[in-house]
Amino acid sequence: MEKKIIGKAYVLGDNIDTDQIIPAEHLVYSTNDPEELKKYGHYALSSVPVEKAGLPDGGIPFIKGDDHKSEYSIVIGGTNFGCGSSREHAPLSLQVAGVKVVIAQSYARIFYRNSVDGGFVIPYESQLKLNDKIKTGDQVELNVEENRLTNHTDGKIYQLNPLGDVFEIVAAGGLFEFARTSGMI
Amino acid sequence: MRMTITEKILAKSSKRTSVIPGENVWLDVDVLMTHDVCGPPTIAIWKKEFGEKAKIWDKEKLVIFPDHYIFTKNSHANRNVDILRQFASEYDLPNYYDVGTERYKGVCHIALAEEGYNVPGTVLFGTDSHTCTSGAFGMFATGVGNTDAAFILGTGKIWEKIPESMKFTFYGKMPGYLTAKDLILQILGDIGTDGATYRAMEFDGEAVNSLSMYERMTLTNMAIEAGGMNGIIAVDETTKNYLGDIGVDEYDEFKSDDDAVYHSKYSYDVSKIEPLVAKPHSPDNRDTVRNVEGTKLTKCYIGSCTGGKITDFRYAAEILLGNEVKVTTFVVPASTAVAKQLEEETIKGFSLKNIFENAGCILAESSCAACLGGPSDTIGRSVEGDVVISTTNRNFPGRMGSKSSQVYLASPLTVAASAIRGVITDPRELL
Ligand code: SF4
Repeated sequence: MEKKIIGKAYVLGDNIDTDQIIPAEHLVYSTNDPEELKKYGHYALSSVPVEKAGLPDGGIPFIKGDDHKSEYSIVIGGTNFGCGSSREHAPLSLQVAGVKVVIAQSYARIFYRNSVDGGFVIPYESQLKLNDKIKTGDQVELNVEENRLTNHTDGKIYQLNPLGDVFEIVAAGGLFEFARTSGMI
Repeated sequence: MRMTITEKILAKSSKRTSVIPGENVWLDVDVLMTHDVCGPPTIAIWKKEFGEKAKIWDKEKLVIFPDHYIFTKNSHANRNVDILRQFASEYDLPNYYDVGTERYKGVCHIALAEEGYNVPGTVLFGTDSHTCTSGAFGMFATGVGNTDAAFILGTGKIWEKIPESMKFTFYGKMPGYLTAKDLILQILGDIGTDGATYRAMEFDGEAVNSLSMYERMTLTNMAIEAGGMNGIIAVDETTKNYLGDIGVDEYDEFKSDDDAVYHSKYSYDVSKIEPLVAKPHSPDNRDTVRNVEGTKLTKCYIGSCTGGKITDFRYAAEILLGNEVKVTTFVVPASTAVAKQLEEETIKGFSLKNIFENAGCILAESSCAACLGGPSDTIGRSVEGDVVISTTNRNFPGRMGSKSSQVYLASPLTVAASAIRGVITDPRELL
């Protein structure tokens, strides 16, 4: 597990549901064909309404043109991130697009589990609501050991909740790795 | 120790005498359910992780229903069904319900009930967020992603955090103009789409007990819309009769202790609840039908695991009998068994199917269809500018197709009344 994760922030509103993260019509692509997998990155966050894409101003595409990688590697949300369906394609598509961490005030259970158990992105909980404090494009740095987020653009520092119970699974890289290292399978 | 029904079932499944909310436990899974969207990636992860020695922990406990993207020309979607078919034949799976055969059932959550997989006291996991639907049968049922499902497929086990429980009690006698959909929209408006995150939602009270199993499934189905881990209703005579009819008669009945501890308790007098809608673009954006009456519609949709059960069509037919719809109205039975019932059941000598046809509705084959948008050739899919009223469970942007469409969620009574007028209409005006 990396100790420091640095990248540009992409800021979203509250209640970002899985249909906004990866619209259902794209769930047909194979997840183990490397070429098709890229589609998940390409369509990541494609159903977020334009005015809410990249806050505070909106209108900032997460993915440009035909790309499948985003220039943003840290997604900042508000409350109830990842609500909606059980599709694991949601954290997967963020990972394919190059996202390493999501920081939200709260998560829907299945998205949270999928992120952790699949080892796709690290779902951090912020103590404060950060999606009205950080702007899309800000350069931010996550210190994983100290659960601290620094916004280099304005110099502000925020404390995040420790990963708690799931830390070991996150550190192992997912449920299977965790189960292997602990001798379960 | 005093425990809620959910805690008792999870204690049994984790082989403990008691459990406490917040602790993580490993559960023994009784049934794993998957479908055509999440089945193929689940199988891929299972093969990759367990490698050559990949073994299904218990074939009898694996249930697969292709149901999401079924009647489409989309080659990727068809390929997903082919993968399931091949997997089922390779491993000789007893519980695979293939498309294009007599065994095809339609939407998984309804088929689970009809086929007897919902057994009180057991633990069911599914790769679908609405797996919570099965909780109507006094069991623990919840949704997981593909990695968790692949882990269960190989081991029969999964970790879970014991949820706190919330209790929702509905007092009084259900008025004829209300359905279970109105009750759950009431709760969603009160607690919001994250009001029950990581918690169990337990439903009881005279009004809940008066509901049929299918109506109860509308309540538990939408527990996930409040973020709930599971929805649950204790077994009673109605449950026993339903199960008896389909030959399920061995199960454990659990009930919450009178002094069990709850995160919170809500109680409602159903005589005070009005027909409700969830306005665009969230299931908790509740309003009364009266307040949005007159909103012009372009489509009506009656279908899905929430609103495509036989009880939903009975409600709709009651209003549509002898009337004609003013806007395009889709009727999508959740399961093939429901489709059959539409032909067999009659009101005043007309089959429900005839009632819908005579009213000018478009009848589709059983599947998830436009409930989740689906590939571009999906029947009923919303297009730009659409204003839809639907009996489904989600109206997030783009959920039913176009992200510029507006979707209102409502009961089958409200949708049928609105179909006749072409504008959102309170069913009390037509009953
Ligand atoms: S009918 Fe809709 S909510 Fe139900 S399982 Fe299908 S897509 Fe999901």
